[in-house]
Amino acid sequence: MVQFTLPRNSKIITGKTWPKPTGGTNIRKFQIYRWNPDDGKNPQVDTYFVDMDTCGPMVLDALIKIKNEIDPTLTFRRSCREGICGSCAMNIDGINTLACIYGMDEIKGDVKIYPLPHMPVVKDLIPDLTHFYAQHASIMPWLETKTQRPEKEWRQSIEDRKKLDGLYECVMCASCSTSCPSYWWNGDRYLGPAALLHAYRWIIDSRDEATGERLDELEDPFKLYRCHTIMNCTKTCPKGLNPAKAIASIKKMMVERQL
Amino acid sequence: MALMTDRKRVIGLGSAKSGTDHFWKTTVTAVALLIITPMFLFSFGPLLGEPYADVQAALSRPFPAVSAALMLIVGFYHFRLGIQMVIEDYMQGLARKVAIIVSACISYGLMAFGLVSLAQIAL
Repeated sequence: MVQFTLPRNSKIITGKTWPKPTGGTNIRKFQIYRWNPDDGKNPQVDTYFVDMDTCGPMVLDALIKIKNEIDPTLTFRRSCREGICGSCAMNIDGINTLACIYGMDEIKGDVKIYPLPHMPVVKDLIPDLTHFYAQHASIMPWLETKTQRPEKEWRQSIEDRKKLDGLYECVMCASCSTSCPSYWWNGDRYLGPAALLHAYRWIIDSRDEATGERLDELEDPFKLYRCHTIMNCTKTCPKGLNPAKAIASIKKMMVERQL
Repeated sequence: MALMTDRKRVIGLGSAKSGTDHFWKTTVTAVALLIITPMFLFSFGPLLGEPYADVQAALSRPFPAVSAALMLIVGFYHFRLGIQMVIEDYMQGLARKVAIIVSACISYGLMAFGLVSLAQIAL
């Protein structure tokens, strides 16, 4: 059976409460998941207090402020701070999203921050995405052609280019895959919404000549058909994309080539 | 833990080249049940609590008998497909295979039991 409860050494305990800043009138409470692989302790939730009058509006601003001014050991990924790199994906207020484009005004009460669910944790808010990236690589995320390369470029009509809108924007933040219960239980074999969205992006690319091979590779009870249209992926995508629709379109093509 | 590359771990045993058949059969039986279920409820529902002779007379007519037979066949076949999906979701290894076999036996067994009972009443 799949494991419905956390193993004993992963159970979260109450952690340290850091002192409140003095003199502030607009103080907000942050509860943040902490785990250090080197100290042998269980994960814990630390409590921080941030003066919002001296902090930017996004959750990432608060995390950077905590790291810079309160606790330099707090560990998280971040880079572009504008929703393009996908590095700062984490579970904020129960939703997988990008900390850099999630405003704190969207959260009621305390700000609760955890790493992306159901992934091995490297440290604090950093999940191990090795398997997730390998799954992406397995769908051959590049143009596959057999016809001799044209002198200039592979041409594409405006209509065909439009088919890629809503797909190519994916930043591989893993918010969708880690929100999917099917991915939680069978992530070792199910490719997950992100990889399947990318697979569809190449399947419907008018220039790609490996459509059949791509569909062959996906035709599997686990790689593709673990998707039960739960739609968590679409609901959580911080870029507003629709992986569930892309997966449904792949299933439609699978049926199309058999009937 | 086995020493293998991340890519090898993802590839596993490769694509099974199946799954569409299961998906399509589940879809077709679901659509069929949208039609069969009301047919069955309207023809079989009023018979609940009625005397045996009245039930026997009703099930001797083609429409109620066919509705009940279709409900048994398509319903339990759809159940078998669905429960296999649930087992694959939540169970692993040998338990998964055993559970799939047991669920198929139960589904087809109940289907056969229902059909024989229906035939005994109707004929």
